[in-house]
Formats: sequence, structure tokens, C-alpha cells
Amino acid sequence: MGAWIMAGITFREAARKKVLWTALLAGAGFLLVFGIGLHFQEGDFRNSSVPPFLRYQVISAMLMIGLYTVDLLAVVMTTLTSVDTIAGEITSGTIHAIATKPMDRWQILIGKWLGFVAMAGVYVGLMFGGTIAEGYYIGGVMAQHPLRGGLLVFLECVVALSVTFMFGTWFSTLTSGVITLGLLGVAFLGGWLEQMSGFTEGSRLAMVGIISSLIMPSEAVWRRAAFEMESPLSGSLQFSPFSDISIPSGAMIGYACIYMIIALGIAVYHFRERDL
Amino acid sequence: MFGEKVAVRDLTLTVRRGEIFGFLGPNGAGKSTSIKMLLGLAKPTGGEAWVLGAPAGDVEIRRKIGFLPENFRFYEWLTPAELLHLHGRLCGVSSAKLAERVPALIDLVGLTPHINKRLQNFSKGMLQRAGLAQAMVHEPDLIFLDEPTSGLDPLGRRMVRDIIRAQRDRGATVFLNSHILSEIEITCDEVVFIREGEVVTSRDLHAQQEEAVRVDVRARKLSPECIEGLARWCDSAHADEERLTLTTPSRQRLPDILRFLVGSGAEVYQFTPQRMTLEELFISVMGEDRGF
Repeated sequence: MGAWIMAGITFREAARKKVLWTALLAGAGFLLVFGIGLHFQEGDFRNSSVPPFLRYQVISAMLMIGLYTVDLLAVVMTTLTSVDTIAGEITSGTIHAIATKPMDRWQILIGKWLGFVAMAGVYVGLMFGGTIAEGYYIGGVMAQHPLRGGLLVFLECVVALSVTFMFGTWFSTLTSGVITLGLLGVAFLGGWLEQMSGFTEGSRLAMVGIISSLIMPSEAVWRRAAFEMESPLSGSLQFSPFSDISIPSGAMIGYACIYMIIALGIAVYHFRERDL
Repeated sequence: MFGEKVAVRDLTLTVRRGEIFGFLGPNGAGKSTSIKMLLGLAKPTGGEAWVLGAPAGDVEIRRKIGFLPENFRFYEWLTPAELLHLHGRLCGVSSAKLAERVPALIDLVGLTPHINKRLQNFSKGMLQRAGLAQAMVHEPDLIFLDEPTSGLDPLGRRMVRDIIRAQRDRGATVFLNSHILSEIEITCDEVVFIREGEVVTSRDLHAQQEEAVRVDVRARKLSPECIEGLARWCDSAHADEERLTLTTPSRQRLPDILRFLVGSGAEVYQFTPQRMTLEELFISVMGEDRGF
């Protein structure tokens, strides 16, 4: 019961503090720009002699770029909006009035986590759905497996969220944010290195990329999402965040799920054990 | 323990049900840490504590405990009514009861004119009032108040005093931590003094006059031997020509002291017992400011 109350209050907090609305407004701006871009590109194609097959591939690539931007926005928004919720309330003492209520501390943490999961779900749903819809109605293209892709992007957000919560039980807001964004940076770099290793067939470089993905599997999840959604041609683009040179396996997605559960478990354990 | 520093040690407290208990000590004495341990916010490295018959920190027993933290802060985007509803629901109070109780509590703490304002627009004193209300929303049996009058003006302090007494009259126990000794003195039934995490002494404030008394004496022919001889009954005795100020731990010793003075040849013109204020008692118990 306590966890659901905390989830509700966390979601309401986002709405009242205008975090969610601001993020959605920024997202609407993105969708507007993306839609205009697609519209103009489609118009230019109509007035040109570019073959329909190539048109389709270019618009598909644009759609993937749009979805990649949504992915980045969603992960960063999830991290930034949630980074203060545990660390900040411990520092300010706000947590004292809550942690003395008749509920175990795990309910506080899981409740807040659920609130942010719901927020990330709304954000990803609207932004991802909006981008897919624009690609379909304006550009006339559809991602291969949009539901799988959307769920994987959502999973990536939840992984980042759980890591943010874990560090939030140890460190201050600023430190937690810096560490989490640093890990996301490592994952981003690791993803590119792994792609490059596929191009040059360098096993040592691939190992660096894999280790990076094991340290923080967020980018690997995105690359799997891209693989699920992309058209064959845009997937064959080399050195891009959605090329299919090196495709994370289903085992890596399983690893990301376990990683998320462990991060959340550590967060719960440390939050229960620490002094407030 | 906080690193190498021992925050609380050998702290033994017994608080009777239905009393207002004052918890006193200088800064850094371990008061807030002790309260945190009793509420389960901090874990002791050793020892045990029982609150309302259950181990300290027991989740279920918290249903019967209210807490106003020092420098109360909460989600500033809430209105006071929303704040109370949230805390009430977390304590398991039904919506029907909250619908009755919340407006009454808001009125009790004087926030009715601000009922639709968000907490972010509240002054420190108004936040304290809201915090006090949240500590009482579930009608707890035991209420911990950590510096409840912090940031309040004199009228606000009187309101807090009245509320605390009303809670005691309702049958609740109030555990009060405050630096404002005059507030403690007129509110509490019993006080305990702690320093460096240890209990130094405790006082039943209703029986205080029977325990610690300061006496102002005006007399002639006060010999040094007479002043020294007062040590048998007095904690301290300071003479300045015809003025003598002495403190004794019990009012019952006063006749003996007077007999001794007269028997020593002093001509006593005035012998006036003074009630020792809590501040004087605090200073006499804690000693000089040690810069905590």
C-alpha cells in the first residue's frame, strides 16, 4: 500500500513540478521539427526523380535518427528527473517525515521507482509513438518491429533509472548524477567501439566494447532496439548508432534485465540499511 | 558512532506514558541522534531500545508514533491539506476520518487562511505548524517533537505549548527536544540532561522546588570558617561582603543551613530561597560553554 502511495505522489510530483510537462513540451518541439523535416524531405522527393526504393530507405534512415534522438532524450530525462529523489531527500531531511511512517523502507524506494517508471513509460510512449506515427503518416514508412523497439527503449530508461537510484542511496545528488551520466557515456563509447570492431574485425576492440556494455548495458539495449526496428538498408549503414555490424544478442538483453534488477536490489538493500 | 566520534553511549532513558518529557543537552550532545535511533532512522552499533513495548524502529509500532523532525521540510508543491492527507494515508488513516480531521488540524495550527497555498510559499514558522499537524494527523500515542518552536513567534510558541498540553491531556506521550529552556520549563513534566551522548542527570520539574534551591542571604559577621562549613549542605556558596548566595540540592536542608549560620555567629537579616530556573540548572549541570 505504502509503495503505491509513494508511486502516486512521485508521479504527481513530476506533474506538479512541471518536470513532465516541460519534458513533454520539449518532446513536442522535437516532434514538430522532425515532422517538418520529414514533410520537406518527402516533398523534395516528390519533385525529384529519386527512385522509390531509395526514397523509402532514406526516409527509413531519418526515422531511425528520430528514434535514436528519442532514445537519448528519454534516457537523459529519466536520469535527470530522478537523480534528486533519493539523494536530495536524504540530504535535505525530507525523507525523515516519510521514513518514520509505518512502512518498510523498501516501499519508499520501490514506490518512487514505480512512479518514475510510469513517468518514463508515458514519455517513451508519447515520444516514441509520435515519432513512429510521423514516420508512417508523413514519410510513409514504418519501423520493422516498433513494439519491440519501444519496449527495449523503455527497458533502457529503467536500467538508467535503477542505476541512478542505486547511486542515490550512497551519494549526493550531484555525485549520483555525474556517476550515472559517466556510465551512460562509457556505454555510448563502448557501443561505438564495438561497431568499429565489427568493421575491422578487431577482437580486442570488440572486447573493450563488450566490457563497456557489461559495465553499463544501456547502449547495447538501444542497438538491439535499432536492430529490431531498422530496415535492412539503414541497418547496413556503417559507423552509425543503428548499423547491424555488431548486434547485441538476446542474452545481452537478459543481462540488462538482470543488471537492472541487481542495481535496484542494491539500492533497496543499502537504503534499508543506511542511517538517514 | 559517526566514524570515530561516539554520538551516544550508555544512554538509559525511561519515559512514562502520558507525560511530556524534555530532552536537553548542548549542541552535539546526541539528542537528535538518540531520537533518530528511537524512530529507526539510525541504527545503534550496540544496545537496545523499546518504544511503546516494541523494539525501536518496529514498522508496525510507527502507526502509533508521530514525529516532527528538526527543520521540517516536505514536498513544497503540496498544500497543507494535501500534506496531511498524504501523511494520514501513509499512517493508514481512512479517507473518511481524514476528511474530518484534516480541516480541524489545519485550524488548530492556525493555517486555515493559507489552506490553498503551496508549502513553497510558507515561512519557516508556517512550515513548522504544518509539520506539527502532520505529526498528529493519525492521533499517535507517542509524539517526538524535535525543536517544535523553531522559527515561531511568541504567539506561535504559545500555540505549540497549548497543543502539546492538549496531546498530553488526550493521553499521548510527548518527547520534546528543544533549545528553548523556558519553553521546556513551563511545558514538561520531566527533563533529562545529556552531554556527549550520556545522561548527566534528570529532574522531575514538578518536584524541582524540593530538589535544587538557590538562597540569597544578607548577613553580617560571615566568617570564612562559616562559609567553608556550608559545604556540608550546599553545592556552592559565594560571599560578597554582606551578601551570600548559596545553592543546595534540597529545600529540606534550609532549616539546617539557617541554624548553622546563626550558630556560627552570623547576624542574618534576610534568608530568601529562590527557585532555580531551568536555565540555571542547565548551566550548573552542563558547566561552561565548551564550544560544541
